[in-house]
Amino acid sequence: MLKVEKLIFEIGSAGRKGYSLPKLDVPDADMKELIPEDLLRKSEAALPEVSELDCVRHFTRLSQLNYSVDTNFYPLGSCTMKYNPKINEKMASLPQFADLHPYQPESSVQGMLELLYETEQMLCKICGMDAFTLQPAAGAHGELTGMLIVRAYHTSKGNPRKKVIIPDSAHGTNPASAALCGYEVVAVKSDRNGRIDLDALKAVVDGETAVMMLTNPSTLGLFEKNVRQIADIVHKAGALLYLDGANMNALVGIARPGDMGFDICHVNLHKSFSTPHGGGGPGSGPVGVTAALSDYLPVPRVKIKRNRFILDAESKKSVGRVRAFYGNTGVIIKAYCYMKSLGGDGLKDATIEAVLNANYLKARLKGHYALAVDDEPCMHEFVLTGKDKKDFGVKTLDIAKRLLDYGFYAPTIYFPLIVEEAIMIEPTETESKDTLDSFVETMIKVANEARSEPGLLTSAPHSTPVRRLDEVLAARELNLRWKRPGA
Amino acid sequence: MKYSPHTDKDKKEMLAAIGASSAESLFEAIPEGLRAGKLDLPEGISELELKKSIHDKADKNYSTNKLISFLGGGAYEHHIPQVVESIISRGEFLTAYTPYQAEASQGTLQAIYEYQSLICELTGMDVANASMYDGASALAEAVLLAVRETGRKRVIFPESLHPEYRQVVRTYMSGYKVEFTEIPHAGGVYDEAVLKKEVDGDTACVIVQNPNFFGCIEHADRIESICHAKGALLIASVNPISLGVLRSPGEYNADIAVGEGQPLGIPLCYGGPYLGFFAVKEKHMRRMPGRVAGVTKDMDGKRGFVLTMQAREQHIRREKATSNICSNEGLMALAACVYLSSVGREGIKETARQNVMKSHYMKEKILKLSGFELFSDAPFFNEFVVRCGKDPEKIIGDLLKHGIMGGLPLGRFYPGMKNCMSICVTETKSKAEMDKFAEVLSKH
Amino acid sequence: MADTGKLLFTKTHEWLRIEGNVGYVGISDHAQKEITDVVFVELPKIGREVAKEGEAAVVESVKAAFSIYAPVSGKIVKANGAVEKDPSIVNKSPYDDGWFFAIEMKDAKEADTLMSFKDYEEFIKSGAH
Repeated sequence: MLKVEKLIFEIGSAGRKGYSLPKLDVPDADMKELIPEDLLRKSEAALPEVSELDCVRHFTRLSQLNYSVDTNFYPLGSCTMKYNPKINEKMASLPQFADLHPYQPESSVQGMLELLYETEQMLCKICGMDAFTLQPAAGAHGELTGMLIVRAYHTSKGNPRKKVIIPDSAHGTNPASAALCGYEVVAVKSDRNGRIDLDALKAVVDGETAVMMLTNPSTLGLFEKNVRQIADIVHKAGALLYLDGANMNALVGIARPGDMGFDICHVNLHKSFSTPHGGGGPGSGPVGVTAALSDYLPVPRVKIKRNRFILDAESKKSVGRVRAFYGNTGVIIKAYCYMKSLGGDGLKDATIEAVLNANYLKARLKGHYALAVDDEPCMHEFVLTGKDKKDFGVKTLDIAKRLLDYGFYAPTIYFPLIVEEAIMIEPTETESKDTLDSFVETMIKVANEARSEPGLLTSAPHSTPVRRLDEVLAARELNLRWKRPGA
Repeated sequence: MKYSPHTDKDKKEMLAAIGASSAESLFEAIPEGLRAGKLDLPEGISELELKKSIHDKADKNYSTNKLISFLGGGAYEHHIPQVVESIISRGEFLTAYTPYQAEASQGTLQAIYEYQSLICELTGMDVANASMYDGASALAEAVLLAVRETGRKRVIFPESLHPEYRQVVRTYMSGYKVEFTEIPHAGGVYDEAVLKKEVDGDTACVIVQNPNFFGCIEHADRIESICHAKGALLIASVNPISLGVLRSPGEYNADIAVGEGQPLGIPLCYGGPYLGFFAVKEKHMRRMPGRVAGVTKDMDGKRGFVLTMQAREQHIRREKATSNICSNEGLMALAACVYLSSVGREGIKETARQNVMKSHYMKEKILKLSGFELFSDAPFFNEFVVRCGKDPEKIIGDLLKHGIMGGLPLGRFYPGMKNCMSICVTETKSKAEMDKFAEVLSKH
Repeated sequence: MADTGKLLFTKTHEWLRIEGNVGYVGISDHAQKEITDVVFVELPKIGREVAKEGEAAVVESVKAAFSIYAPVSGKIVKANGAVEKDPSIVNKSPYDDGWFFAIEMKDAKEADTLMSFKDYEEFIKSGAH
């Protein structure tokens, strides 16, 4: 077992350095002569004092405490932990991209703007939308952008409206984004397969409904067959239909949100389009809209003027800016490379194989774990329930922790909220049959252990760098930062 | 190129296990009428072809790698120690997800904890979160916190606040009944007399940017007294490198400190991904947006780290969450963490000092040229504004021909400042480069 | 152990103990068990007016947050700082030391709609909650 890795503050020693700068080649002066003393810092920041090697070892050791796609199967439902191609990393780090200043003259960034423009066009084709913005920095940021567009659209019609309808199976970001935009959230119940109950929907849609946010495939992994009827109900009331397309891994090349009646959608480049998650970010959450809404997109937008690419910040109807500068271009370049590498047919094949993988896992696991919904083909992911394992005193959390012992990251657990003891599995297309088989065998083994030796699960994990961590202690006795001794 | 590994044999066996005739049949739930035809995108290409085509695009750009840049305005060219890239490109960090399973994510979690600690040290604040999208959205979320906490309706910021930050704050708040008051500048900094008149009992917050968009250093302590006298919250948006020499938000008693973390080891990358940092006084921590890592113990009593204070967040609190943020800028926070560890206690001071000395050398050089004068005589850190005899947009076009980029013409942000441009000098510029810049300018 | 006979209960699992014109409020033993380990309690400010069934406090576990509703209308006159400092008191002593806040009641009749401990126990058993 690995020892505790000290904090960076706990290594090194006073006066030790791990950096170098050129010698100052201009006249040095007394700082106080240039900046009045009352504007200068009084006490030093107690930053670490380590050598370069200290620093490298510390962070390398920390990295070794992580599971990652590069090292482990990561069947995390709704997160699409597919392989992140290495060439894309290299391309995004080319100095002619990485060293571009956001305020450079447009004439000096034509290649960058062209790449952004083409990315927008590709996403339009994939989603069946008329215009895209690449600005939002993440999925939830895309949702916020979408809600701002909704508000601007309705405001231009004389009434911003009050309500946003969201299924009870939705991600927490949906209601949070709607609320952030000043809307009241109305939850609509799903049926037992996690699909929208049309009668329940009709009962809540009215003239104050601004938009309905829908996830399709739903978070239960099933396609919303009635999506056209849902669109009709919503549109009849003058409201818009928004797709939480964070996860497009079952749709790319197969079906387009625009054809389903969606007016706005966001996609996550860090999911379906293969950019890495970076331990929590950066992501990128482009937003696509129909032609009727394109004027509301945030500024600036990439446009062509006299055969040159420009950043156009002139739009009277625009919702404004959702961030400084243009967007997470470093992420966008990687997604562009991915789409180019796979091409039209390759993207479609990836979708088909993602769905194949999910159905294969589902078929092999369903005799050992209960399905959360009826047994019909799933899309890119599916949901099991661990509720029958409670008879052995084992919770879904324990199953998840036990998987870590076998070198698998855990599926998403306790989501969607409408499934008791939910276990949400998304294998993605980049996992081989061998890996899937070994995961299945492990899941079966864990199910057997739950029956024969539940203590193994409830005290799991046993072989990770730390054993089960006490979240209650962390929350009750908050320690959120290192403090210098004596402080 | 494709990255899915299946052979025909694999597929056949998998379909047999599923009991399906073909992979396409798995899509039967999608009504025929909704099936898309062929995806109208070019065929896929090999890695070699991809490399060539991307290099072709890259070569159409002129980067700060080739040009001498004096551009600032919220994104700054600084030296990035090689260790930063080497660490953040490790697959174990790069390809991990948000650390939901703490026991399998201790590396990411400990790094977040160290990052939070470093940001607290630098800003002089009590608690920091695990990151926001960028400086502008971090500021917008700070305003949201202030409005919710105080229940007040007025938001006060200076004309000298980054123009795009002002836009982002307004955009974020468009669903709220909030009144914005923009305070003019006096000599490049807050007009304190106007500010004093405007701050009242309905003011939720006063924003101070330090240094501000003109590069000038604000008298934050005086703004603090005006702000707190009326019970409003003080939000400081700061350049983190400047904190190597300048008074920290904690030292002037700010309630919330935010800023753009890009200068801390993150490439310019045409505007993103960057890093919004967000730190507060302890009394505001329960309203803070975003993720937070904390220390705990495992079953054997060993130290470990978990995400904590989660009940504030969207996955639990849904519409009542403090923010909708989910994915943040984790890898960029790691970059900042490695950067601050690498430059350390001495390096942050020396870097900041070099910025001051070099930018002041540049200022003196330019002041000697005819046709240029200083916009403000307020103290500055690494950026200052000059008034030009000629249209700055023309000047920068000419500079580009000489391999020099910048400064930044301000007319596009401030219609009244068509003859102004800001010039930024960091530790990356040598005396020879500055002399060359001055020489080209002297011809204007 | 508290005298649960003196407590009145809501369907949302708060209890009310009346002392003169002041009502003390906490959550039931059943509720604290459902919540599991309480890690944080956000109490209302003294002086705040609350309406019957309006949100008055929040109690958090590691994975969830629950609203605490005022059983009666009135003004908040006391808040129990002890549960803020040590939230585990709510688990250990839900009917005594683990009280949340006290309301100066506007209309004592509002309490008439609340359940006795016995009725509350029946309500829990019925599974109607």
